[in-house]
Amino acid sequence: MTETSQSTENGRKPHGGSLMTLSKRTARRNAAEKRFQIYGIAAIAVGLLMLIILVSTIVSRGVGAYSQTFVTLQVELLESKLDKSGTRDLEKIKKVSTFGYAPLIKNAFSVKLEELGIQSELSAKEQAAILSKSAPAQLRDYVIANPDKIGETIEFRFLANGRVDGYMKGRVSRESIANDKSINAEQLDFVDILVVNDVIEKTFNLDFITGADASDQRPEAAGMGVSMIGSLFMMLVVLALALPIGVAASIYLEEFAPQNWLTDVIEVNISNLAAVPSIVFGILGLAVFINYMHLPTSAPLVGGLVLTLMTLPTIIISTRASLKSVPPSIRDAALGVGASKMQAVFHHVLPLAAPGILTGTIIGLAQALGETAPLLLIGMVGFIASNAPDSLASGLMSPNSAMPAQIYEWAKRADPAFYERAWGGIIILLVFLITMNTVAVILRRRFERRW
Amino acid sequence: MPTLWLVVLLFALAAVGFVLGRSRALATAGGDARALHSLPTYYGLNVALSALVPALGVLAIWVLAQPILIETRVSGMIPDELIPEGTTRGLVMSDVRRVADGLDEAVRQGSLTKSEADNLRSDATDVRARLGEVGVALGSDVRPEVLTAAQQFRRMTTTGNIAMIVVIGMLAAGGLAFAYTRTNKDFRARNVVEQGVLALLILAASLAILTTVGIVLSMLFETLNFFKLHPWTDFFFGSTWAPNFRGDSELSILPLLWGTLYISFLALLVAVPIGLFAAIYLSEYANRHTRAFAKPLLEILAGIPTIVYGLFALLTVGPALVKVFGRGEDGLLGVDWMTGATSVLTAGVVMGIMLIPFVSSLSDDIINAVPQAMRDGSLGLGATKSETVRQVVLPAALPGIVGAVLLAASRAIGETMIVVMGAGAIAKFSLNPLESMTTITTRIVSQLTGDTDFASPETLVAFALGLTLFVLTLGLNVLALYIVRTYREQYE
Repeated sequence: MTETSQSTENGRKPHGGSLMTLSKRTARRNAAEKRFQIYGIAAIAVGLLMLIILVSTIVSRGVGAYSQTFVTLQVELLESKLDKSGTRDLEKIKKVSTFGYAPLIKNAFSVKLEELGIQSELSAKEQAAILSKSAPAQLRDYVIANPDKIGETIEFRFLANGRVDGYMKGRVSRESIANDKSINAEQLDFVDILVVNDVIEKTFNLDFITGADASDQRPEAAGMGVSMIGSLFMMLVVLALALPIGVAASIYLEEFAPQNWLTDVIEVNISNLAAVPSIVFGILGLAVFINYMHLPTSAPLVGGLVLTLMTLPTIIISTRASLKSVPPSIRDAALGVGASKMQAVFHHVLPLAAPGILTGTIIGLAQALGETAPLLLIGMVGFIASNAPDSLASGLMSPNSAMPAQIYEWAKRADPAFYERAWGGIIILLVFLITMNTVAVILRRRFERRW
Repeated sequence: MPTLWLVVLLFALAAVGFVLGRSRALATAGGDARALHSLPTYYGLNVALSALVPALGVLAIWVLAQPILIETRVSGMIPDELIPEGTTRGLVMSDVRRVADGLDEAVRQGSLTKSEADNLRSDATDVRARLGEVGVALGSDVRPEVLTAAQQFRRMTTTGNIAMIVVIGMLAAGGLAFAYTRTNKDFRARNVVEQGVLALLILAASLAILTTVGIVLSMLFETLNFFKLHPWTDFFFGSTWAPNFRGDSELSILPLLWGTLYISFLALLVAVPIGLFAAIYLSEYANRHTRAFAKPLLEILAGIPTIVYGLFALLTVGPALVKVFGRGEDGLLGVDWMTGATSVLTAGVVMGIMLIPFVSSLSDDIINAVPQAMRDGSLGLGATKSETVRQVVLPAALPGIVGAVLLAASRAIGETMIVVMGAGAIAKFSLNPLESMTTITTRIVSQLTGDTDFASPETLVAFALGLTLFVLTLGLNVLALYIVRTYREQYE
């Protein structure tokens, strides 16, 4: 009791109550503690939620690009339309334009309807309009490749029009096409009938992965294949240039560089380049490689060069880290048995650092693969990448697109059917990135040595 | 592509040199490698490198220099009075290049013979039609002086290419012969090769400097050209961004800078609190399992390409925001504040999401660097964990965190795809985050894509914008480093 009275004398209030009950102040502090923790958990939850939303959006909106609506029809390749002379002269057959093939498709529809016993009020033209605009071209290509088939009846699988495809996937409804001139509700009824009769079906769409981009009128025919090849060539350039240059620069800086102003300047430059916005590298590429050196616009070679400059700092930084992690005793031992400094580095340090260098390179490549902004400036967008290159030189020098640039191109187009393609393209891009990063992680786990 | 074949040839020569050098060294030692100064491989490498490196170096310089030399010579041949009113020498020269390329193409396709191409006369032949046949479209008829210049251009290019092949070939052969004759058993091949390799290593390291110089110079020259055509006062102090191709554009950076800073500010408003709290929780509270689970997942956000975020902004976040803030009666709030999917808020929020892992992993490292003794001291005095974090750990980590935020700001300012797709194209000063605004990077992309004419201020302004962007981000990075270095508490 004396202690209590003493503190009262000092003018301070007694604490009151026992230690077992929580004072107000303690309760407040505990509540603050709780709140603080909740903020932290909430922050992480928001971050993870964003990731979940992002991934689920990509998957749910992109998966549609991997299935496609096809219309199966038996087309009679009428000799009277395709080869009037009957000579099977390829030059003459080639003279028949895609317009000449349109009646065959209309015929095929009426034959099919008769066979199924369906009455349709649609005109033949409206019936044929549920097919992609590429259908006559598909017929023509076939006939030119097989002129001897003229006169026979062949079964074809035509791409359905983008709107019909959207209807089959639930993207297009009767309400949404109220103001759409390219398709009307009767045509959708017609589609429903054909679906019941198994003429129209939705199947896996391999063409999206292997095919080329199509014109902005035909979303149903667009694919990622050619732009994937463009990306592949760019990555080849990046790998061929950035890896040797980056490793050489790191070896110099880590093993040989004396402490002088030149080394300082190089170090400062590398750390600054790592933080330069990617679009600035695009400007550099445009000014130096295209305007000054007159390399061809839109060529994967130029894209690769720009991305090389961009990836170099990443590779140099990770290579230096892995060179640094090799203990000095390895170098000392090599020097001790008579190796020169160069031999010690190239024969002993470098092989031991190789897994780390490889990991860094793969991560750098993944970064370069997803980069878009510099590619816009050197012209890897804005045209239709329709032909796969036929040789290494043309792969490097002839215009092409790249995966991210192709996605951007689709996102800009007016027809919403292209958005599905863009999301689908992102799935492919992410699959590549995830694979590369997984390989990098596995390499690190498998080969990393702790000294 | 003669250059490519030349390079292949050089490598083949180097391979031959390697074999020759190695066998000659062994021969001088009478087949006994122990009598050699260096390992036999080094003699081979010495010959190969002597053949390859000087030739490749000269080739690189030649390929860079030849176009400029030819360009200035040909351009000097066109008298001033023949340059039509309203165009510049640069435009005439681009015509010349196009005609020259067209002639090359025609010769390649066989529609013209070599001598025909050299002796073509514009008054005798319709050059435009002839070139049109081989798929080279020209904007106007070819004037005689352009044709002559183009023919001269072709002649000089051909001469230059032949001279290049001869010089490079001689250089390679000379290097090979020189190194080969020097090869004998007492020659210190290893020392020479190692010095050469060291020089190559230095060269590779210097490429970083070269890139920076390239960036600065390429933008500086075009920026100077821009300021010759357009008053710099308007660029820095004007108030309107209104490019048009009639020639009376107003090109001021200020509205763009405003849009850029506004969007970046919103992005930081999202990223800094979330990133910082996530970092604090992960480093101070979370147990090992949570950390091992949440940290990599958060970092996935940093590995997603920006094009994905751009698409997310344009097609998901933008329409969602419109649903909330727009559409009048049909909207969630029943207001009509937002008309299109692109807005400052759209871009800002998405960019903020992108920056969360950037802020959190940088802050995480910094918080972890604060010594445990300081926490223990604070906890020992009776502070709760959150009091320790707020009053001990954060003040100690503050310089590092400020540095991290500045780095994130520099990322936000230089970010391109998200704003290109999510921010819109209207340059204005406005505080309303639901309006669409434009940024520096967006304008660089739009001024430099499509058909560009590198003699008009509307195109060249992109270089001035790029240089400003470069200086801005560089300044922020240097400032961040400076703050971290100067105010970092030194422990241990």
